Amino acid sequence: MKFSESWLRTFVNPTLSGEEFSHLLTMAGLEVEEEETVAPPFNDVVVAQVLEVSKHPDADRLNVCRVDIGDGSPKQIVCGAPNVAAGLKVPCALVGAELPGNFIIKLAKVRGIESSGMLCSAKELGIAEDASGLLVLPTDAPVGQGIRDYLDLNDRLLTLKLTPNRADCLSLTGIAREVSALTGTPARYIEIAEVPVTINATREIVLDAPQACPRYCGRVVTGLNAKAPTPEWMKRRIERSGIRAISSLVDITNYVMLELGQPLHAFDNAKLSGAIHARMANPGEKLLLLNEQIISVDPDVLMIADEQKPLAMAGIMGGEESGITLETSDLFLESAYFAPTTIAGRARRYGFGSDASHRFERGVDFGATRQAIERATQLILEICGGQAGPLVEASADLPQRQPVRLRVARVAKVLGVQFSAAQVAELFDRLALPFVRDGEDFLVTPPSYRFDIEIEEDLIEEVARLYGYDNIPAPAPHGSLAMMPQTESARSLSRIRQVLAAGGYQEVVNYAFVEEAWEADFAANAAPIRLANPIASQMCVMRSNLFGGLIANLGTNLKRKQGRVRVFETGRCFLRDTAAGSATSPVDGFRQPWRLAGLAYGGTLPEQWGSTTRNVDFFDVKGDLEALLAPHVALFEKVAHPALHPGRSAQIVLDGTVIGVIGELHPQWVQKYELPLPPVVFELDLEALKRAELPQYAEVSRFPPVVRDLAIVVDQNVVLQALLDGLSAHRESLVQDIRLFDVYTGKGIESGKKSLAFRIVMQDTQRTLQDAEVDAAMQHLVAYLQSAFAAQLRV
Amino acid sequence: MQNLDAIVIEASSAFAATSNPDELEQVKARYLGKTGQITELLKGLGKLPPEGKKTAGAAINRTKEAVEAALNARREAIKLAALEARLAEEALDVTLPGRGENRGGLHPVTRTLERIEGLFRSIGFEVADGPEIEDDFHNFTALNTPDDHPARSMHDTFYLQDESGKVAEGILLRTHTSPIQVRYMQQHVAKYKHLETMPEIRVIAPGRVYRVDSDATHSPMFHQVEGLWIGENVSFADLKGVVADFLRRFFESDDLQVRFRPSFFPFTEPSAEIDVAFMSGTLKGRWLEIAGCGMVHPNVLRHVGIDPEKYIGFAFGMGPDRLTMLRYGVNDLRLFFDGDLRFLRQFV
Repeated sequence: MKFSESWLRTFVNPTLSGEEFSHLLTMAGLEVEEEETVAPPFNDVVVAQVLEVSKHPDADRLNVCRVDIGDGSPKQIVCGAPNVAAGLKVPCALVGAELPGNFIIKLAKVRGIESSGMLCSAKELGIAEDASGLLVLPTDAPVGQGIRDYLDLNDRLLTLKLTPNRADCLSLTGIAREVSALTGTPARYIEIAEVPVTINATREIVLDAPQACPRYCGRVVTGLNAKAPTPEWMKRRIERSGIRAISSLVDITNYVMLELGQPLHAFDNAKLSGAIHARMANPGEKLLLLNEQIISVDPDVLMIADEQKPLAMAGIMGGEESGITLETSDLFLESAYFAPTTIAGRARRYGFGSDASHRFERGVDFGATRQAIERATQLILEICGGQAGPLVEASADLPQRQPVRLRVARVAKVLGVQFSAAQVAELFDRLALPFVRDGEDFLVTPPSYRFDIEIEEDLIEEVARLYGYDNIPAPAPHGSLAMMPQTESARSLSRIRQVLAAGGYQEVVNYAFVEEAWEADFAANAAPIRLANPIASQMCVMRSNLFGGLIANLGTNLKRKQGRVRVFETGRCFLRDTAAGSATSPVDGFRQPWRLAGLAYGGTLPEQWGSTTRNVDFFDVKGDLEALLAPHVALFEKVAHPALHPGRSAQIVLDGTVIGVIGELHPQWVQKYELPLPPVVFELDLEALKRAELPQYAEVSRFPPVVRDLAIVVDQNVVLQALLDGLSAHRESLVQDIRLFDVYTGKGIESGKKSLAFRIVMQDTQRTLQDAEVDAAMQHLVAYLQSAFAAQLRV
Repeated sequence: MQNLDAIVIEASSAFAATSNPDELEQVKARYLGKTGQITELLKGLGKLPPEGKKTAGAAINRTKEAVEAALNARREAIKLAALEARLAEEALDVTLPGRGENRGGLHPVTRTLERIEGLFRSIGFEVADGPEIEDDFHNFTALNTPDDHPARSMHDTFYLQDESGKVAEGILLRTHTSPIQVRYMQQHVAKYKHLETMPEIRVIAPGRVYRVDSDATHSPMFHQVEGLWIGENVSFADLKGVVADFLRRFFESDDLQVRFRPSFFPFTEPSAEIDVAFMSGTLKGRWLEIAGCGMVHPNVLRHVGIDPEKYIGFAFGMGPDRLTMLRYGVNDLRLFFDGDLRFLRQFV
């Protein structure tokens, strides 16, 4: 809602500066979103009249003028404007004036002729872009009056960002009412009298949908002059409210809407036939609107129609065919109340909105329907002439305002400030909220212009607003000091992130909606969860894993010459799931697990003088994950995954459950996504990572350990894990630890074979081991390896 | 006896002329070895008369001690010189970078979220989480947002397709983190339904949210954190106290100006918008909108089975992305979602 401050001050004029005025509104919930001045600062410019114009003797394009500035002694002023002419009234900057841009007017000679002042264009005063000639003022402009006063250039334009509950402030009257309540300054509202009815012409009004339109007032005005110009004052006010001046009849309806908040519509009476109906749209009905759009109207749209055709989308926009033109001499004026639920969302459905629909869908004062039509008629008769017929009103069940109970004690409970009944009464009086007392309670009946007072809390908000949110204290919170639980058998997401960050990974946040190709490539997902209204085609499906975003991050950073990239993300993934809702998938049909994914690319270390670096490989990242999972020890099992190199990928298994995957990106994606080297990626289920156990003490031996090394040769395709699992199952209890410390193929080893070397630690907590039992334990292990894996001892 | 003093002087200068332990030991032999001068003198004592033997012996022994002292001093000096030479040789250029520089870091918004969580935990708030694909009930209906509310329109909310390609009925991407509160309240009510009076609800709900909007100041995905405190006696004044305290602690600025002004949200009444103004820095003196809040609307409490006559409380919501931008001076929201390491590393 944009309006002119000086117009508002004709209703209510508190002694507040412009800045204080804006602050008052903002702090009352009518946020001033924008403040503009009408003109930049300048001074000493007055209304002047050009008395004579003669050619400059030495300059073709200049004229020498005698100008009356209202002080009784006409001034000689040289002027170059093409439109200068004797008799014109124009702004004149006097000697000493300072115009926008620090332009100071001095007594000067222009090509030898003395000039004491300057006649100004609108651009020179900074009030419009027009520099084509002098700003011509109306003939009745009083010579000598300061131009700032005459054109009201000290005015400020305020734009309110109104919340949807405050439809009552979508008019000057409404804002004035609010300012009056806030400041205690009395307001003077427009006095509206019934206009004299001089003809009998009427139109019958039929409410076919009385719930959607419970009140409709109409009036015929004949014999008017639609070409009569709009008065300057009216034009200025509507333009300063951000509405374009069009023609006097249109301007008048807009003016009354701004003044009173009631949207009006004017039909050309000659184009109507029979009674006016407010009815729901007929199936298949079409209408050409004033904005030249033809719409097919849905049956839930309220229409204004005559007996033959639809005329307008009620409360939204009029039809082109029944609209007024400059040739209109008889009109039918509409002032109606349309229920907000009837209007809400309809305009948006057709892709437009109007000042009228904006107001109707939030709520228009149904008690002021008649006043608005009287006010508009009065202005039409004044400006365009004509004869007014009787006002016809059709009414049905108007909204009922139910009394709302306010308990004084509840105010204190909600706001945390004590109020007396007398204080509450005073605040309600200022707001003009009518109430009766019921014991200690107030019963408030909201006025017809308030659509936001339905429950006690609404009234409490009014009390708080008027009392001032600033005046409510802000004490330190009080509460019970019971300690919060802090479990040690889970670790926080924060802790997990810290481990990865310490391992060199940088956290990123990627969009949850991704390109469809990513789902196909990295998840082999041919039926991804699609957005119905994606913002762009590359953000059209929900991700089912986190790889795509990380690979895109890699691409972005490689383009920016970052050759070493380690990133991770934690976030939800989205999968269809037909199982019913549960704690982990509270929305039916979807699973939304939290995952942690990472990517490593480039050198194991940044390029440096002191360390040799190489490209990161599977085992570097596996090591990072082992560190992340510690103290849990996960198993890594070979796996096929659409995103990963089939020979260089593994699923990660913890306590028998697959909790994630790790691997080198599949060569075909390395090629498709134009990566110079394959990155290693991983993804883990975050819930599994959060699991932790309380440490359990195990006795530490005081006796010396015995360490023996064991080197064997086995077939190349023997998987270490199988060997370790077997050893672990077949070891004697004194064998505490079996650790691989070397893998070797090449010279000295038969091709197709590999050499593995283990360090075996043996110890007992109760005694020192004897050589014989150590030898026996070793022999036992060797025998197992020989039988289970055809291992040969390597000497 | 004069030749004894001469021996000491001669030996001292001979020792001083040596530069390493081997050389020194060779020179030592000339005086103290089996045939060294002093050894010879001692051997010669036997030929002296008994009365002269005592004084001459004492004199030779003094000489021997003096020579030994000179020898030891030289040994120490040579050892010291050798140590110094070795230290000089081993000196490093200590300005070379350390090995293995390898830092990662958290996303700036994560830093902010962790700060927010920490501050609220310190006054007894739990942290809750919830689904991002939400249903209409939790995102809108339970939050007193009627069917024709503009927030529900296709312009603001992302909807999903079902498997047949039609718009999935009642399923959307959450537009705020408030549905987490709804779910939390429902669980809380169920958990304590056996008690006459349920314990207070104090919870914050951070997370990613989605709206159909994209420009320099809007991202189709962004972060929100909501807070909720419900008890038997929690007022608007408490709301002001908690949020103002939080903002001052978050920005570590005791003189941060915080103001509350009336606003409107379907799920709170009374409602307020919260602005802050810094007293220093580039944004000094400007009011910046930072959060929305209010007393939880009775309809919201009823929807989750809480009696609004018995329990009362407040909710607030703010944008961690914006808090992060203000705190670290970031001027473009899109940087948060771009994955550019040159940007992200600044927050290590």
